[in-house]
Amino acid sequence: MNFQSGVHIKKEWDIVGARQLGRNRAKELGFGTVDQARIATAISELARNIYLYAGTGRVSFEIVEDINKKGLKIVAADEGPGILDISQVMEDGFSTSGGLGAGLPGVKRLMDDFDIDSVQGEGTVITTIKWVR
Amino acid sequence: MKPLKLDVKSYQELLKQYIVSEDETSLYQAEQFSKMSMQQKISPEEIIDVHIQALKELYPDLPAEIDASLDFLMETMISYGLAYQEFQSLREKQVELQSEISVAASMQQSLLSTTKPNVKGIDIGAISVPANQMNGDYYHFVNDDAGYLGIAIADVIGKGIPAALAMSMIKYSMDSFRETQRNPKTVLENLNRVVERNVDSSMFITMYYGLFNLNTNLLQFSSAGHEPGFYYNASKDEFFDIEGNGLVLGVMNNASYEQYEIQMEKDDIVILLTDGVTECRIGDRFIEREEILEVIKEYIHLPAQEAVESVYKYFEKLQDFHLRDDFTLIFLKKNV
Ligand SMILES: Nc1ncnc2c1ncn2[C@@H]1O[C@H](COP(=O)(O)OP(=O)(O)OP(=O)(O)O)[C@@H](O)[C@H]1O
Ligand SMILES: [Mg+2]
Repeated sequence: MNFQSGVHIKKEWDIVGARQLGRNRAKELGFGTVDQARIATAISELARNIYLYAGTGRVSFEIVEDINKKGLKIVAADEGPGILDISQVMEDGFSTSGGLGAGLPGVKRLMDDFDIDSVQGEGTVITTIKWVR
Repeated sequence: MKPLKLDVKSYQELLKQYIVSEDETSLYQAEQFSKMSMQQKISPEEIIDVHIQALKELYPDLPAEIDASLDFLMETMISYGLAYQEFQSLREKQVELQSEISVAASMQQSLLSTTKPNVKGIDIGAISVPANQMNGDYYHFVNDDAGYLGIAIADVIGKGIPAALAMSMIKYSMDSFRETQRNPKTVLENLNRVVERNVDSSMFITMYYGLFNLNTNLLQFSSAGHEPGFYYNASKDEFFDIEGNGLVLGVMNNASYEQYEIQMEKDDIVILLTDGVTECRIGDRFIEREEILEVIKEYIHLPAQEAVESVYKYFEKLQDFHLRDDFTLIFLKKNV
């Protein structure tokens, strides 16, 4: 079984939709409640960044399988302004929320694999995976 | 009391014991459990998860509403967990930074190191202690073959790392000046240009440069806004302020400096210092220059190095062993 699904982000309400869809996928995959909550928080951060900085974009989910593990892959993609200095935004304490643990460094902590592709003026694609333990 | 283990089973036992007896022992063990969890970097949402699991096993018929409320609680803890992890990593980073600074500080120390020359007829004492790790004060002796002793003492307004970096620049500029430029007035004029060109305009450096002729015992000097030192005239048995009121380095490109001189006789003493000495605080007031002089008089009879160290120790104690500014003190005692 390998299906793809996603949520188009264009209003704040869509963040909730993305969380819901992501949590359902996580549940189906057998993630425990703590990990479900972590995944939902990561989705919130990614979807909110799209809503705030790019206006619109898409958060999609994909079930990935490795030799001996299964995981949930989240791809947050937009065609917004892009991120100017990626290493700076990945530093703790940089986010506008004033270093309260969330933001992109928070997503990286909540998930297992994390990757950003961003081109100025073209958009941002953030790919992140959590493996079922 | 059994040793604690960090697992659901142990937590469950503890919880059960507490629910049955509501005793202080269980609460004490809960405290231990919490500390151990912190050490293992376990975040709050995980503790709540353990709590939920334990509770469900103890009470399989938990009302669905309670169950849901616990999930809700766990969800609200996620951000606290993240903030806690961020705190951990910032703390690690701080330790790293701290050790980088100490490496820089010891590098600075060797870059700026100066050997106190052994000069016949003059007993020299010098001490320089930074308030933090890196020193924004600087002193330097140049002892050449031609029978001259150069003495530099400088203070960057401001302290910490930026001040220390500026000081290294002063030292290297001085090294690059030719021997013929050791005239105090010329030294300061040249340094002023270097500082004006290279240092941020918000940073100022005060400096005193003296040149002592070992054959004639004439001390020539100039000052760039540096804290005035003291001169002890032995024949009059009196202390005087050392004059000199030039512009601090780095303010104006073409500043020029006056040159002064003192003819030193047997038992005369020159005392040079930075404002870390004069701006010692006692409670909430600054110490007066006269008070400093009183302290200096107390120890001045000692050999010069012992004397500066004793004065330093006195002020260190006076300020509860917590310097607020870099402290530098030099004694030059003419003993023949
Ligand atoms: N999809 C995106 N497109 C363009 N810029 C982005 C995007 N996502 C993040 N950024 C930029 O990266 C910065 C850091 O994002 P991050 O989510 O870490 O923190 P934040 O949104 O500023 O604060 P918060 O902690 O509330 O999330 C943002 O301020 C924004 O400038
Ligand atoms: Mg954000």
